[in-house]
Amino acid sequence: MKKIPLNRSFALLVVLAAMFAAVRVEAADYQARVQADIQAFRNYFAAQFPDVKFADYADGVYAIDEDSRQQWKEMEEFPPYALSVEDGKALFEKPFANGKTYGSCFANGGAVRQNYPYYDEKKGKVVTLEMAINDCRVANGEKPLACKAGDIAKISAYMAFISRGNPVDVKVQSEGAYKAYMKGKELFYAKHGKLNMSCAGCHMQYAGRRLRAEILSPALGHTTHFPVYRSKWGEIGTLHKRYGGCSNDTGAKSFAPQSEEYCNLEFFETAMSNGLIFNGPASRK
Amino acid sequence: MKRIAMIAAIGILMQPLQGEAATREENIAKGKQLSFNPLKGNCLACHLIQEGEMTGNLGPPLIQMKQRYPKRDVLRAQIWDASAKNPQSMMPPFGKHGIMTNEEVEQVVDYLYTL
Ligand code: HEC
Ligand code: HEC
Repeated sequence: MKKIPLNRSFALLVVLAAMFAAVRVEAADYQARVQADIQAFRNYFAAQFPDVKFADYADGVYAIDEDSRQQWKEMEEFPPYALSVEDGKALFEKPFANGKTYGSCFANGGAVRQNYPYYDEKKGKVVTLEMAINDCRVANGEKPLACKAGDIAKISAYMAFISRGNPVDVKVQSEGAYKAYMKGKELFYAKHGKLNMSCAGCHMQYAGRRLRAEILSPALGHTTHFPVYRSKWGEIGTLHKRYGGCSNDTGAKSFAPQSEEYCNLEFFETAMSNGLIFNGPASRK
Repeated sequence: MKRIAMIAAIGILMQPLQGEAATREENIAKGKQLSFNPLKGNCLACHLIQEGEMTGNLGPPLIQMKQRYPKRDVLRAQIWDASAKNPQSMMPPFGKHGIMTNEEVEQVVDYLYTL
């Protein structure tokens, strides 16, 4: 007789434990699913470019093409983004009207590039570094900056510069985060636009081939080095400026910088680069 | 009278032939323009074509088209909608997505047969 309540409480415990386990397993499960994607992504490029070291993918197209790598190394001796980093530092330290600076929003003097993008559970969306910079401005009574180039790219460049060497480590640990990740993944693989092209078509299937005179970069490592000073732009620009350019190239309507679509895309592409290091800003042809 | 009528008839019969020859040349020239124009065919972005500069190599070089595509329909289908044959194709479905008109696709095919 005595055993029954014990058994009952044991059964209850088992049920409770199972429930907890289910919740636990799910959170870990999201990360595990993403981990499997990451592995498949890396394996694809490892098979495609057997001679390229994993760490070198942080250098974009220069990881896979020796000729342009040499030219790029020369360019990096007097990096064209150096001025932007200096400007970014001054902007970062310049007080807002209320006397505070960006330093009041960002830990570590702003050396936090590696914490972005992340999924904000409270806001229910992906937060990028550029978004956080603008959130900081608004919280301090300033107007948000335009998000393609200009001051925001400079501040982002400075923050990337002082964060160099930190590993990419995007976490996808909740249902919300996983949904955002999946939306980014869909946008990456789906064919869209009048020209019926996908990001994956150019940056996986045909990575290393030439589109006109431009060699297509591998998507692995795409987001590690932004913002980028691009000779063609003649200025430093954000990742979402680049996304916009590529969307236009497919004849698709581009999304706005910092739109949910591009934030999810950045979340996905950055997760795929987990384990590489942040090495922005960078210079590109 | 009979002879005049016959000459006239021959003249009338000849006219469309002469016209056709002229438009054939024109079509080839237009087809080339369409192929090279970055806002239309933009074929050079992905294909090596003779006389084209800074050509890409996503797709195969466009050479020996008559030998490789004896059937006009097959070649036309590749331009009209490359995704019909290869759903993963990077080549834009020029006809299907209205990037080029029916007539323009035909002109590109005319031009390709000169390569
Ligand atoms: C028609 C081909 C094409 C398509 C489709 C395309 N891109 Fe690109 N992309 C390019 C070319 C060309 C460049 C410049 C050379 C390079 O670095 O790859 C480029 C550059 C980039 C870069 C900068 C890489 C660097 O190191 O600076 C990123 C990031 C990028 N693309 C992302 C995307 C995303 C995301 C999509 C889909 C929304 C996309 N691209 C679709 C052709 C394409
Ligand atoms: C963005 C890339 C791209 C563009 C632009 C493009 N093609 Fe292609 N094309 C390809 C690829 C890739 C293939 C290989 C077969 C496939 O995947 O459909 C191909 C295949 C072909 C073939 C078959 C070749 C063979 O050897 O069997 C022909 C013909 C062709 N293209 C003609 C054209 C013409 C004409 C244009 C312009 C009007 C054009 N292509 C524009 C990418 C492109």
